[in-house]
Amino acid sequence: MSTIVIIFYFLAAFTLATAFLTIYSRNPIHSAIYLVLCFFSIAGHYLLFNAQFLALVHIIVYSGAIMVLMLFTIMLMNLNKEDEVHKPRITRIGALVVFLIMSVVFITIFINSKTITGGYDTSGEDFQSIKVLGKVLLNEYLVPFEFISILLLTAMIGTVLLSKKEKKNE
Amino acid sequence: MNNILNQIGIENYIFLSVLLFCIGVFGVLYRRNAIIVLMSIEIMLNAVNLLFVAFSTYHQDAEGQIFVFFSMAVAAAEVAVGLAILVSIFRNLGSIDIDNLKNLKG
Repeated sequence: MSTIVIIFYFLAAFTLATAFLTIYSRNPIHSAIYLVLCFFSIAGHYLLFNAQFLALVHIIVYSGAIMVLMLFTIMLMNLNKEDEVHKPRITRIGALVVFLIMSVVFITIFINSKTITGGYDTSGEDFQSIKVLGKVLLNEYLVPFEFISILLLTAMIGTVLLSKKEKKNE
Repeated sequence: MNNILNQIGIENYIFLSVLLFCIGVFGVLYRRNAIIVLMSIEIMLNAVNLLFVAFSTYHQDAEGQIFVFFSMAVAAAEVAVGLAILVSIFRNLGSIDIDNLKNLKG
């Protein structure tokens, strides 16, 4: 086993374990911290693929922005205590059964799908450096790129409107 | 520049993404805290993004990574709006337990 394979298995185990602990831990703050670790390990997977731009953007957007937002909300609602009541037992068993059935079905589908014969082709040319990505993004995907900015603006306005305190006019 | 998939193989990435996605589904069904449900949705989105990047490397094509870029922007917008909704639910009800949100049940 080469080093890359060992790194992959370690990262994969780390990702799955922290994702599971996010859901399993009772304290929302602990969940948020496990989720940050999960996002960092996914950024590690992107680095294994040599997708530097995505790894950086993933760390900035997810581990930076989104998780700070979530932690602020948890603090704001004062939820950092472990007083959550469990769902009824039947629902929890149902969730577990759904999890097992889904994973078994998907994995059997992909095991039995057509296997890849031969090696993977390496074109040799650079396709994922920031330079190439920027050219593709601003030539072929210029219109979706502009629409994303409109979406983000709309989301910002909507967030401000939703979280504004309503005036009590009596 | 050698292809990383020669050593690991695309199927390992498919299995990792499938398991991550199923953990996300399990979290949505298992927890009552609405913030944890949002986090589970993030985990599912990340599983799909990881598969996008894997197939982008498989086809040696940048378009998969562009898609991941767009889906990250949409996820950021989704989390912002979702958390704003949660804050206003918390103001009105005093909790964010999703089992209390059944006014539309009829």
